[in-house]
Amino acid sequence: MKKKVNKNSLNGFINYGIVVAAYVVIRAMIGGGMVSNSLQSLLVPACCYVVMAVSLNLTVGILGELSLGHAGFMSLGAFSGIVASIMLQEAIPFIPLRLAASMAIGALAGALGGAIVGVPVLRLQGDYLAIVTLAFGQIIKNIIMVLYVGVDETGIHVAASSDRFVLADDGVAIIKGPMGAVGVTKLASFTAGFILILVTLLVVQNLVSSRAGRAIMALRDNRIAAESVGINVTKYKLMAFVISAALAGAAGALFGLNYSSTVASKFDFNTSILVLVFVVLGGLGSIRGSMIAAALLYVLPELLRSFDIAEYRMLIYAIILILVMLVTNNPTMKTFFGSLLKKSKKKKEGAGA
Amino acid sequence: MSFLNNVITGISLGSIYAIIALGYTMVYGIAKMLNFAHGDVIMVGAYMAFFAMGRFELPAIAGVLLAVVVCTALGIVIERLAYKPLRQAPSLAVLITAIGVSYFLQNGAQILWGAATKTFTPIVNGTLVLVPEQLSISYVAILSVVCCIVVMIGLTLFTTRTKMGKTMRACSEDKAAAQLMGINVDATISMTFAIGSALAAIAGVLMCSAYPVLSPTTGSMPGIRAFTAAVFGGIGSIPGALLGGILLGIIETFGKAYISTDLSDAVVFAVLIIVLLVKPAGLMGKYVPEKV
Repeated sequence: MKKKVNKNSLNGFINYGIVVAAYVVIRAMIGGGMVSNSLQSLLVPACCYVVMAVSLNLTVGILGELSLGHAGFMSLGAFSGIVASIMLQEAIPFIPLRLAASMAIGALAGALGGAIVGVPVLRLQGDYLAIVTLAFGQIIKNIIMVLYVGVDETGIHVAASSDRFVLADDGVAIIKGPMGAVGVTKLASFTAGFILILVTLLVVQNLVSSRAGRAIMALRDNRIAAESVGINVTKYKLMAFVISAALAGAAGALFGLNYSSTVASKFDFNTSILVLVFVVLGGLGSIRGSMIAAALLYVLPELLRSFDIAEYRMLIYAIILILVMLVTNNPTMKTFFGSLLKKSKKKKEGAGA
Repeated sequence: MSFLNNVITGISLGSIYAIIALGYTMVYGIAKMLNFAHGDVIMVGAYMAFFAMGRFELPAIAGVLLAVVVCTALGIVIERLAYKPLRQAPSLAVLITAIGVSYFLQNGAQILWGAATKTFTPIVNGTLVLVPEQLSISYVAILSVVCCIVVMIGLTLFTTRTKMGKTMRACSEDKAAAQLMGINVDATISMTFAIGSALAAIAGVLMCSAYPVLSPTTGSMPGIRAFTAAVFGGIGSIPGALLGGILLGIIETFGKAYISTDLSDAVVFAVLIIVLLVKPAGLMGKYVPEKV
C-alpha cells in the first residue's frame, strides 16, 4: 500500500533539506576559500535573522497579530545570554555547551518577557496589540540603557545608575548602562546558528501541524467562530506569542555572543521593522519564505555595497512593503497579477505539451 | 515653584500632543485604521517651515502656511495611493502599509535633506516672567496652549455645526448607511486625512519651536506618544484627545523631573499599557461591544 505523506510534513522536510543543503554548501565554500572574510562575518547574524523572521512569522503570519516589538525579545535574550555566558564561565568550561546554556537562558528570558507582555495584552487585538508591543520594545530598550549588571565573588549585582553600582575589586562589569555589554567573549559559531535554525524549524513546524497549531490558525481566520467551537483564545494566542518570543530570545543570545560588545539601541524599532519586512516579503505564514527572504535580504546589501545602494536600502524596503501589501490585498491588482500568473502558467503548460 | 514650572511645561507639551492626537483620533474614527505615518507628516511639516524660514527667509506665518499646505497635500496623496486601495483589506495589511509609508517618509527625508540634525528657529522667542527667577512661561508654550484651544473649539464647531462635519460623523458611525444617504465616503475620508495632516503641520512647527532640533526621525516618537494620548483619552473622541494629550504631557514631564530622564519613554508607555488593561476604551471613549 502506498503510504500517504501529509502535505504539511512534506513541506517541513523540504525546509529541513534546504537548511542542511545551505549549510553543507556554505561549509564547502568556506573550506574552498570562496567566501570572503566580510561575508563570513555575516553568517551568524544571518542565522539569527532567519530565526527572528521564522519566529515573527509565527506571530504575524500564523497567529495573525502584528508584533512591532520583536527586537525587544531579541534584546532580552541577548543581554541575559551575555550575562549567563560570563557567569557560567567556570561552571561550564566546554564552549559549545556554555553557548547552548546561554541560548537556553536567552530563550527563557524571551519567553518570560513574552508572557509578561502577552498575558495582559493579548486580550487586545489588531492595532492596539501592535502599539503595545512597540511600546514594550521601547521600554526594554530604555531599561537596558540605564541598567548596570556585574558579577563578583558575592554574586550578581544589578543597579539602575552608575553611582549605585559597586563591585568588589575582582568583579566584572557586564552591562554598563548606555555603553551596553562590553568585553564579551565571542562564543557564537556558524554551526550553532545552523543548529538553532533547525531547532526553530522543528518547534514551529511541529506546532503548526499540531492540534494547537490548527487552533491558532482558526483564531487567525475567524476568532469568533473559533471561540464558539470552544477554542480557548487566550491560551492559544499566548502559546504562539510566548514560543515566538522564546525563539527570538535564543536568536538574540546567539547574536549578542557574536560580538565583543553590544548596545541596547541595536535592538530598536528599526530592527523590528527589518524583521517584519523579511516576513512580509517572504509571505505571511510561509516559513520557507521567511527563511529565504531573511537570509537573502540580510546578505544582499553587503554584496551590493560596491554599488553604493546602502543609502537607499531602507527606502527600497519601505516601497517593497507598501507594494507587496497593495498587490496582495487590493482586489483589482490581485486579479490583474493573478491573470498574469495564469497566462504564464498556461504558456509553460503549452510549451510542455 | 519647580512643581508649577513642571505643570506649565507639561500642559504646553500636552497641548502639542493633543493637536497630534486629534489627527490620529479623527482618522481612526472614520477609516478605522492607525495611521502610522502621521508622526512623519509632522516631521515633513517642520522641515517645510524650517526651509521657508531659514533658507528663503520668509516670515514665520508664511512658513507655517507653507507647512500646512504641503502637509495637507501629502496627507491626501498618501491616503489616495496607499490606503484607499486597501479599504476592504484586513487591518493587518493596512497597518503594515502604514508602517511602510512611515518608513518611506523617514528615509525619503533622510535622502533629500540629510540625516544630520538641524537647529530649528523658533517662530516666537522670549519668555513671560511671572515671578522673577522662579516662575516663567515661554511664549512658545503660551502659543501652543492657545493653538490647542483654538483648534479644539474649531473642530468641535466644525463637526457639530457644518454639513461636512456631519458627514464625517455619519461616516464614522456607519459607512454603508452614510453611502446610502448619498454621502461621498471617499471624499469624506480624504478630507479627514487633509484636516489631520494640516493639524500635524501646525503641531510640527510648535514642537520644533519648543524643542528646536530637527531630523528625519523627529516625528516618530512624538507621533507614537500622541497615539498613546489618543488611546488614553479614548480613540475617536475629540475632547478625549485633548484630555489624553494634556495628561500625557504632564505625566511625561513629571516622569522626567521626578523619576528619571532616561526612563521617560518607559513611563509613558507603561501608562498606555495600564490604560489599555483597565479601561480599553480610554477615558472618554465609548465601549462598543463586538456584534456577531
